[in-house]
Amino acid sequence: MTPSPLADLSAQTSELLSTIASLATLDELTEAEPRLTGKRSLLSTLQKSLGSLEPNARKDAGALLQEARREVQAAFEARRSTLAAAARAESLEADRLDLGDVVTNSVRWPVRAGHPGLVASTQRELEDVFVGMGFTVADGPEVESDWYNFEALNIPPAHPARGLWDTFYVDLGEPETVVLRTHTSPTQVHLMEEAVAKGSLPIHSVMPGRCFRRDTPDARHLATFHQIEGLVVDRGIAFADLAGVIETFTRAYFGPDIASRLRPAFFPFTEPSAEFEVTCTICRGEGCRTCSQTGWIELGGCGMLDPAVLSAVGIDGDEWSGFAFGFGIDRCAQMRHQIPDMRALIDNDTRFLEQFS
Amino acid sequence: MKIPLSWLREFVDLPETPDELRLILDDLGLVVEGIDVVGAGLEDVVVARVDEIRSIEGADRVRLVTVDAGAGPVEIVCGATNFELGNHVPLAPIGAVLPGGFEIARRQMRGVTSNGMLCSARELGLSDDHLGLMILDQVTTPRVGEHLLDALHITPDVVLDISVEGNRPDAWCVQGVARDLATRLARPLREPMLATPVADVMTDSFAHAGIDDPELCGRLTVSVLRNLTVRPSPSWIAQRLQSAGMRPISNVVDASNYVMLELGQPTHPYDAANVAGHALRVRRARAGETLETLDGVVRELAKAGRGLGDTGVDCVIVDGDDQLLGLAGIMGGSSSEISATTTDVLLEAAFFDPMTIARSSKRHGLRSEASNRFERGVDPELALRAVARFVNLLQESVPELQWLANPLDHWGGVPTPPTVELRAGDIERGLGIELDYGDVVANLEGLGFHVDVRESSLFVRAPSSRLDIREGAAGRADVIEEIARIHGYRRLPRRTPTWPEPGGLTDRQRLRRLVRDVVVDLGVVEAWTPTLGSDADFDLLSPGVERVRITNPLASDESVMRATLLTGLVRAWGRNVERGTGDVVLGEMGAVFTHPNVTEEPRETKGGESGALTLRLPRENERLTLLLGRLDDDATTAVGLWSVLSERLGLADVVVRASEQPSPGLHPTRSARLVDRQSGATLGELGEVDAELVGALVPSAVGRRLGVVDIDLDALADSSRATRRSDFVSVPSRYPSAVIDLAFVVSSTVHAADLGEALRHATPLVESISLFDVYRDASLPANSRSLAYNVRLVSLEHTLKDDEVSAAREQLITLAASLGATLR
Repeated sequence: MTPSPLADLSAQTSELLSTIASLATLDELTEAEPRLTGKRSLLSTLQKSLGSLEPNARKDAGALLQEARREVQAAFEARRSTLAAAARAESLEADRLDLGDVVTNSVRWPVRAGHPGLVASTQRELEDVFVGMGFTVADGPEVESDWYNFEALNIPPAHPARGLWDTFYVDLGEPETVVLRTHTSPTQVHLMEEAVAKGSLPIHSVMPGRCFRRDTPDARHLATFHQIEGLVVDRGIAFADLAGVIETFTRAYFGPDIASRLRPAFFPFTEPSAEFEVTCTICRGEGCRTCSQTGWIELGGCGMLDPAVLSAVGIDGDEWSGFAFGFGIDRCAQMRHQIPDMRALIDNDTRFLEQFS
Repeated sequence: MKIPLSWLREFVDLPETPDELRLILDDLGLVVEGIDVVGAGLEDVVVARVDEIRSIEGADRVRLVTVDAGAGPVEIVCGATNFELGNHVPLAPIGAVLPGGFEIARRQMRGVTSNGMLCSARELGLSDDHLGLMILDQVTTPRVGEHLLDALHITPDVVLDISVEGNRPDAWCVQGVARDLATRLARPLREPMLATPVADVMTDSFAHAGIDDPELCGRLTVSVLRNLTVRPSPSWIAQRLQSAGMRPISNVVDASNYVMLELGQPTHPYDAANVAGHALRVRRARAGETLETLDGVVRELAKAGRGLGDTGVDCVIVDGDDQLLGLAGIMGGSSSEISATTTDVLLEAAFFDPMTIARSSKRHGLRSEASNRFERGVDPELALRAVARFVNLLQESVPELQWLANPLDHWGGVPTPPTVELRAGDIERGLGIELDYGDVVANLEGLGFHVDVRESSLFVRAPSSRLDIREGAAGRADVIEEIARIHGYRRLPRRTPTWPEPGGLTDRQRLRRLVRDVVVDLGVVEAWTPTLGSDADFDLLSPGVERVRITNPLASDESVMRATLLTGLVRAWGRNVERGTGDVVLGEMGAVFTHPNVTEEPRETKGGESGALTLRLPRENERLTLLLGRLDDDATTAVGLWSVLSERLGLADVVVRASEQPSPGLHPTRSARLVDRQSGATLGELGEVDAELVGALVPSAVGRRLGVVDIDLDALADSSRATRRSDFVSVPSRYPSAVIDLAFVVSSTVHAADLGEALRHATPLVESISLFDVYRDASLPANSRSLAYNVRLVSLEHTLKDDEVSAAREQLITLAASLGATLR
């Protein structure tokens, strides 16, 4: 019987393992790779010699050899990651800089103008108009529960009106209880609840913020967008006050030759509800393609707070009444700057961003 | 909803032009989204008979066709080949202007003259068929010389595309729109033609009906129509449906659609021959039942849905053997469908519970014209009037049709129309103007409301069609909206309210503005990166960490809420690098999200039906992240930027402290935390971006140093964490300062800022301390460096003498020694 080609396998494996352990740098490791695990390595050569064995013996020997190769390969990869980590640690160490030692007076800072985001600066202008009219500004979270985003706003579960908003649901809690807010209206609910709890009515506030709708982006819409809403809850507030506030805002923001008008609409959280339109800013009311020859452009929705909303937050509708309105910040920016494709806003191309000041 | 103007005019006199009507409808909240003209441009087109077809020498694509349109032979060159001698085809003679403005002129070609044009259906704007000429013999019995419009029974018409709001189910039909117009214009509203049942045969001798679950079905009427012949509808019905956007199918189906469009009542005809026991019952579907709907899909019924509160209630129609016939109000099954051989029909006209239909249709992803109407609410009183209209229409094509007497009429639970009290002053309180009671009453009555005037109150009962009108205070708002709508929103007054409370921004909002202004002044370009990202990007920084996930993302790489702004900014910067515009500082201010199981500060709030659940929401943290990507940027420029920002924010004592464990994504040995020394709070981090992150996101920029400043705005806005400088200031001494420079060899473990702060308090004479040089060299002891400070000494009382300066110098050196620093 000829001696098995694998007679020394165990000793050979040990030697290979100790060679691997002795590799000190990544360069050495790369250099040794063909010898240790490559096609011309010792174990590969042994593999070829198995051909001379009988089928049964070949099978057993093959299994043994396979095990040895696995072991060597694993040791090799382990060594590689150890050495890589060491190399990274070494280069990080060489790179170390105590930022507390930076002498700020000697930092060179090139002079170049920056550019605020279009949404942020539009939002600021809108806020300033409303602050001038006596409104405060309120913020709210972007992730909301169905109560704040829908139910307290008179949109019960499975109500067909929920179909008006394509909603992103967050994978938390019971199904469809946590959402990315589809409008800034939940902030109204928070404000009203808070005012009731603190006894601090009235409310005169605008609420800007980021909203989300599950809508494939196109030239006119992004799935992420920004709204600003207004909420007034006070004594003796009527539809005439809503119409007056919309008109004052329109002239203050768009200019004295731009007017507003209201037409009936439906929103679950307001009654009576209205859509508000402003004079087309392109043709100044003459009629053009942008406004479909009507001279008017739809800007947002508004209405008197629905009694169901007041009662959901515990406000006495006999004493208090109010209105709400809302519209798109991005849409205002789009109108003012004539942006043909809203997707430019999220491309972050500095050639686009550097146009805003 | 598309409504032909001719249809509206059957209900109310409307001499107005379409554009005038558009203004009125818009002002009623019935917004006109489009106006189409049917049959426009076809006035000059006539019917011509093909008498001769000849080839033209030298032309293989066109032939010379001789036609007769009643005035003798006309020669026309024609490229179509789908016709033969004797066919009748449309001829546009010389001078005709086709839809789209194409004017027909005499033309010479290949030595022959073409005296007009033979047209395809598409050229006439009648359909998309462009395979050849429109062969009129296939659709009508044409006569030579007749106007095409007459031959096809087309009356030129205007079609208004009207958008009806979700709270106006009553207006989602021709009569409903007509009612609003009639009321606004103070004109009478006409009723449609209705049939009457035959008196001697009773319905219950033939058919049976019942409601098992009255809360799902408020009313079920079943009528029997006998002696039916299924055939095409008269052309005027077919044309109406086509103009309204529905395809004519057969007289029975068309009658059903016509009634739905005209009056708003969906009806469902069954072939009585295929309904066991001629019986229709309504019941709740049982778990395990399946139904194959007309669209060929097999649907599992009574299975709870994913939506909140959806317990899986389906309402079904069954026959006398309790076999399923259809999903009530949504879609029928195929077994009892009307076919060409149907002679007896069971006609269902019902009221189904809107919420049940809404949930069922959402759950099965099945919407139909019927379900859309039922889920908004069909007038429960309408059913039999709609059937009378149905029969009247069907009798146009089947005069011998019999409608059996006493249709079956079962009632379950239907909403009771509320009565709303408008007290004196309610209208003024709601609208800001008092309206004339006489006008108000007339307008409400025009809309079908019943109004009682008692003392100074109006008691207003809603018509059964107005399921949107609620009880109590909400109902008052509903009725006031109707009053305002008919009166006209534009005629209402405007007044600008004022109030004593001042407007303004919160401290947080002012801080945000200040931060943004400062960084923009420093050259930052503000970016807007996605809130929703991929698992892979999340794993780059936080492998294995629980994340906030979207259940129904638009794309799988937009399914995870961001936990950092850094990844998005590096990506955005990378795209600018590719465009050659990467020499820039990008910044973003926005929220990042942490899963409630991971954060110590989850947000608890109420949710679920009626807010009964307590939900744990993600922590939302507002951050400002700046990515310094200019060619010379690195950790030191990040420190430079921060020093300016910190100064402008008026922070009292925030130090840049090297951190051994910087956040993932930051360079492990070139990053630091921004620590408020008084509160101990971390306000943010700065340094460089980890080269591994740059390599993963922007492979082309490997090896490029990117500075980063990442600030926690929640911490910055919190004065207990971010200590502000005192409002009190000091006035500089009027005596000259003595300036000395001191360089110390200091262990690397001692922070330069800490040594500086200690030196500041070494003697009361110290006016200011500033670090001006850091020196490392092999000649210094291991793990140490030289820190050189510029120290200004001053007295408020007198000019410092040399010995005072020397003494102070000694004090400074002694104090430094106590921290292990030796004078160099």
